[in-house]
Amino acid sequence: MIRVSSLTKSFDGFVAVDRLSFELKSGEVLGFIGPNGAGKSTTMKIITGFLAPTEGSVTIFDQDIWRTPLAAKRLIGYLPEGAPAYGDMTAAEFLRFIAEIRGFSKQQRSEAIDRVVAALDLETVLGKRIETLSKGFRRRVGLAQALIHDPRVLILDEPTDGLDPNQKHQVRELIRGLSKEKIIIISTHILEEVTALCSRVIVIANGRLLTDATPAQLEAHSRYHRAVTVESREPALGEKLRMLPGVQAVEEDQVNQRYTLIPVTGQEILPALNQRIASEGWAISQIHVEKGELNDVFRQLTTGEAA
Amino acid sequence: MSATTIVMRRELASYFATPLAYIFIVIFLVVASVFAFSVGNLYEMGQADLLNFFNFHPWLYLFLIPALAMRLWAEERKTGSIELLLTLPIRLHEAVLGKFLAAWLFSGLALLLTFPIWITVNYLGDPDNGIILASYLGSWLMAGAFLAIGSCMSACTSNQVIAFILTIVICFCYVVAGLPLLLNFFEGWASQPLLDAVASLSFMTHFNAISRGVLDFRDLLFFVLMIVGWLTATAIVIDMKKAQ
Repeated sequence: MIRVSSLTKSFDGFVAVDRLSFELKSGEVLGFIGPNGAGKSTTMKIITGFLAPTEGSVTIFDQDIWRTPLAAKRLIGYLPEGAPAYGDMTAAEFLRFIAEIRGFSKQQRSEAIDRVVAALDLETVLGKRIETLSKGFRRRVGLAQALIHDPRVLILDEPTDGLDPNQKHQVRELIRGLSKEKIIIISTHILEEVTALCSRVIVIANGRLLTDATPAQLEAHSRYHRAVTVESREPALGEKLRMLPGVQAVEEDQVNQRYTLIPVTGQEILPALNQRIASEGWAISQIHVEKGELNDVFRQLTTGEAA
Repeated sequence: MSATTIVMRRELASYFATPLAYIFIVIFLVVASVFAFSVGNLYEMGQADLLNFFNFHPWLYLFLIPALAMRLWAEERKTGSIELLLTLPIRLHEAVLGKFLAAWLFSGLALLLTFPIWITVNYLGDPDNGIILASYLGSWLMAGAFLAIGSCMSACTSNQVIAFILTIVICFCYVVAGLPLLLNFFEGWASQPLLDAVASLSFMTHFNAISRGVLDFRDLLFFVLMIVGWLTATAIVIDMKKAQ
């Protein structure tokens, strides 16, 4: 279990993290989201023991990261932002170095390295120097390093940043496939990642916790939650749709002839719409119900903009 | 294997992963020989000792050691690998010591490779090899002190050039502390104890004492304390500046 209690970090009067508290249990995957400069990376640096908090504490399975740093750090696998590594080493040398520091015996070391190399498909680059690797491979070497001791806690600062869609998919699959016993914290500003991976979301801005919820709860805050999108070539459909009961507003996409019906909060609009379609005989080419857009909620939460 | 050893081995290997190690050693040997033979007239003196070889070591180190030390921490800071290193289960002092030891062993290797000069004087004459051994030890300790200063300066910045220049400036002060050049500056207004204190910090004075064969424990201790002091400062600086 990770317990973060009223964590505060200030740099020369600037408060980067402001009384942040939360707890995570084994099996939870936390998406840590917020605008740039919100304090995500700083929080992760404190949790992993790189920075000292100005106030507050962090315990990792009852080990205080500041009082018993070595015991706590042994439990954590960490991928810092940008996946830094020693560029002049080959991937194999680098992983061996990390395994040595992590205290593996020779026998265990090669087993551990083989395991992460297989998991991240690194066979082809083992002999290459890290500085010559592509961004995607460098990120994967960084992940391999974080996973080498099969840690109970995995902290990944923007693990898919700068990867192409295939690589993103691969990294997500990997994270999803990790043991259900782990605690995983992922910071990201790719919100689809949160929906795809996380069981819990914490939104922070200006160092303060704004929301602590599940992705589904967060989506429910969106004005697009349970909105219905209709695609049709019927003329002047927008006006007619606006008249339906329970519809608050209609957004028209002229190019694709697509209409998004936004419900009055808590109202179902699909049944009434279905009836109307049947009675009027509208030709509808597509219809679906929206779950809500996290991007929309994110903007609403972090800028106070009405969504 | 201790964490210090693991960090040291990694660091040492990285010297040899790039041309840095070879360039450093070649330049070190060339410059050391040029100083000893051309400037120091090692042959013409007609004496079977290496005094004129060792006399130039403080000046040789003044430029070469900062080049070796500048990357120690500045590069970790620049690439962000410092964050990786210090979130691994090792203590800060183990990391500081491991990196320093790598650079120190490396400078020791460069120093050892000057052995042909030692063979030459033994071939030509009958030198006091005890003094030569003491001088090598003294020279290596002095290199360590230079490196510890460089390590601290490297921890202050992510810019290697700044680290290089700062190290040269501070090392220069230590080298000339006992020379009239610097003492004249203090003379007149500074009290005698302060003057003595400044003069006692001179690398030159302590090293010359060792290389003349006056093996005083205090001279060796001076360099050891310098190393310990500046490495402690390194750790403090890293701890303070981690956030930047």
